[in-house]
Amino acid sequence: MIGLEHYLIVSAILFSIGLVGVLRRRNLLMLFFATEVMLNAVNIAFAAISHYYNDLTGQMFAFFIIAIAASEVAVGLGILIVLYKKYGSLDLDDLASMKG
Amino acid sequence: MYETIAFYLFSALTIGLFLITVMSKNVLYAMTSLAAGMVLISGFFFILGADFLGVVQLIVYVGAIMALYSFAMMFFDATRDIKERNTNSALVFALGGLSALVLVLMFAAPIYSENIKALYPMHESIGNAQDVGIVLFTKYLVPFEVAAVMLLVAMIAGIILAGKKMDQSLTEDLSADDEILTTKDAK
Repeated sequence: MIGLEHYLIVSAILFSIGLVGVLRRRNLLMLFFATEVMLNAVNIAFAAISHYYNDLTGQMFAFFIIAIAASEVAVGLGILIVLYKKYGSLDLDDLASMKG
Repeated sequence: MYETIAFYLFSALTIGLFLITVMSKNVLYAMTSLAAGMVLISGFFFILGADFLGVVQLIVYVGAIMALYSFAMMFFDATRDIKERNTNSALVFALGGLSALVLVLMFAAPIYSENIKALYPMHESIGNAQDVGIVLFTKYLVPFEVAAVMLLVAMIAGIILAGKKMDQSLTEDLSADDEILTTKDAK
């Protein structure tokens, strides 16, 4: 029988995959993909907890996370297009203009 | 029984597809595997009895967000492999695993304290969609409206950011423009 721990472990594995992606990616578009992976992993955990505790709050949080992801993608892709027009590449090393 | 098989199948496929998303050098492969992984995640939601969440996941993530990504990819050169300078990837892997472990411990600790009571319990007699609707439009009405305003702001921001100078070419080499112009002249 599948318990809550199984879902939480899968969610943790997916979250760490996304985190590794955020840390090692140098391309901005790929960085966005890794963020989506992390948001989805959190959604699985919320849905699983909602099911096993018989509580709807987890699903509500998952809905708001989906709404936030949608607006993040809309604004982020607009910024990506502006950056690509300005610099001609999406590499983070090319975009680093502040020397600190 | 079927739930167990479905769970292990979905989790193995999702982990594999998201690994491809994170590791692939090609944007098209990464995007396709991300879309497939999101479809399988909606399968998780259906197993867990969150039918409405699964449908929203399919419509919003697989439908809207992936369509937005594929539209944005038309602006960038997607066929070229991405060259990335990865320095010290072993350190990054160790840091990622370690911080994920810390996060999981942090969030898992209160769950096992057995003090959680259901704030908005589910009703078995009515369907999941009706249950979600009742809670969303009574208890979560203000966050719902704030989320609506946030989506409106995001839409306006997206239009304004992406819509400027749409008539100019994005690609660096102007040979493609010349080609179009010569074909126009030939006609």
